[in-house]
Amino acid sequence: MADVFAFAETRAGELRKVAREVVTAARQAADATGGGEVHALLVGAPGIGAHAEPLGRHGADRVVVVEHPALERYSSEVVAATAAAVIRAGGYRAAFFSASAQGRDLAPRVAAALEVSMASDLVAFSFEGDALVGRHPTHTGKVITTVRLAGAPAVATLRPGAVTPAEQPRTPRVESAAPALAPEAARVVVTEVAAKSATRLDLGEAPVIVSGGRGLKEAANFRLLEELADAFGNAAVGATRAVTDDGWRDPSDQIGQTGRVVSPELYLAVGISGAIQHIAGMRTSKTIVAINKDKDAPIFKVADYGIVGDLFEIVPRLTEEIRKVRAER
Amino acid sequence: MRIAVCVKRVPDMELRFSIAPDRKSLDPAGLKYDLSDFDGYALEVALRLVEQRGQGEVVAISLGPDDVQETLRKALSMGATRAVQLKADAVPADGMATARALAAELGEGGYDLILFGRMATDTAHQTVGPMTAQLLGLPCVTAITHLDLADGRGTARRALEGAVETVTFPLPAVLTIDEGIARPRLPSLKGIMAAKKKTVEVKPARLGEARLTIQSMELPPDRPPGRIIGEGPDAVPELVRLLQTEAKVL
Repeated sequence: MADVFAFAETRAGELRKVAREVVTAARQAADATGGGEVHALLVGAPGIGAHAEPLGRHGADRVVVVEHPALERYSSEVVAATAAAVIRAGGYRAAFFSASAQGRDLAPRVAAALEVSMASDLVAFSFEGDALVGRHPTHTGKVITTVRLAGAPAVATLRPGAVTPAEQPRTPRVESAAPALAPEAARVVVTEVAAKSATRLDLGEAPVIVSGGRGLKEAANFRLLEELADAFGNAAVGATRAVTDDGWRDPSDQIGQTGRVVSPELYLAVGISGAIQHIAGMRTSKTIVAINKDKDAPIFKVADYGIVGDLFEIVPRLTEEIRKVRAER
Repeated sequence: MRIAVCVKRVPDMELRFSIAPDRKSLDPAGLKYDLSDFDGYALEVALRLVEQRGQGEVVAISLGPDDVQETLRKALSMGATRAVQLKADAVPADGMATARALAAELGEGGYDLILFGRMATDTAHQTVGPMTAQLLGLPCVTAITHLDLADGRGTARRALEGAVETVTFPLPAVLTIDEGIARPRLPSLKGIMAAKKKTVEVKPARLGEARLTIQSMELPPDRPPGRIIGEGPDAVPELVRLLQTEAKVL
């Protein structure tokens, strides 16, 4: 029986959804290896400890809370040193982080500080003897690699969305601790965090993604996709690399091999031919719809449903129909 | 300014992959190899920094068997000053083993900046850069999309989910480079000729113990074939009906 560590990611004082995923995964791991405890770490400005309750709801037995005014923003050095100290003291079987922007930055530093190896971006995992065995989409999603990580603690990042947060409520022991490195001693300092849009969901979190390619002809025509996304009400707008390279959309909107990899419930590819580079970023979406004027476009090979024709006629009609469906709710 | 750029040789991702009979590697037949995309951006950033200052050097470093020399030659032909191969029988699957070997080499180099691509496009671990920084005790900013340097300090931007973070740091530092920062140049004829006169320095890689290994590889299942439901806007009501009743996503 061994305990499992979970890093509970926050940003701007809010608990991120991936924190619930990671605690859920840690609970599953602890239960699968004999029913040990789950210990979660919360780091942030004073008040961050209020999130201990939802972590308990997802199966955390103990929550270590590290509060400091300077930790309102993520500090890679302070958080890595603190997580490494907690993990070193806890003698854990495994230590889980999300493969989010923050988790991918943090976990390798923690592993190196502990002088252990790590597994990345797992979509499934199990324990075999003294090893963590995990599945990791590699080669731009064209290969699934199963890796074997020997030794403890097994440090791993989990792909956002791969674990569904589940409740296994308990009342956690909440303990406060000091940062393992004084925030004033940090050399790398986050000076600003600018939210991209207050109204639009992030590509990684939106159940629906409306995505556009060169077929939209010019940047201003993305207004059609913004309107369609508004009609859904729970959608984000993505783009192909060709479009972000041309500056029609922000580079962070790019979906594909070199951009974001997404798996929404519904992915609408509008005016996208379906280059391998793009498919790599969206092929695991639950349902894919393609709208393209060329019936031979490769996007139709991965789409569940396709409409051939002029997107400038089809998209406004679709927006209208989606508005009707939503209004009926 | 001395800049090291750590580069990896990876298969061309546009090709169709098949799995070798050992069930844990790619079938090498028909594969072509190149510099990993993100490492190309890192190299471009380094070359521009040295060019802007009119002085300094860019050292390309790659770990692996002799075929990585081809990748290092490309880096030289793009403009790298010199190249170092850390010779190993194979690139370990374990990022920590690679990081140990790189840290052993880089720690002695007196570099102002050590650059990596955000990730290798093949193994996609995204670990070696920050692990190397941790082993060297250097400040590190990952996945940056913008970089300014002045007076021994840097300012970088990195994309978060739905936000952009601005980060400041002192040099020397380790940075990992995301797409969108600088489009890599193609090797010029002059660069290719100059690269031929340069030698690749070969040193043994001081790899640590590998604790992460590949157990198996497989191709993901194909998506079930979809269908074209119609042409033009008149097909929209049928699409909406299918999304409601069949796909159940509305």
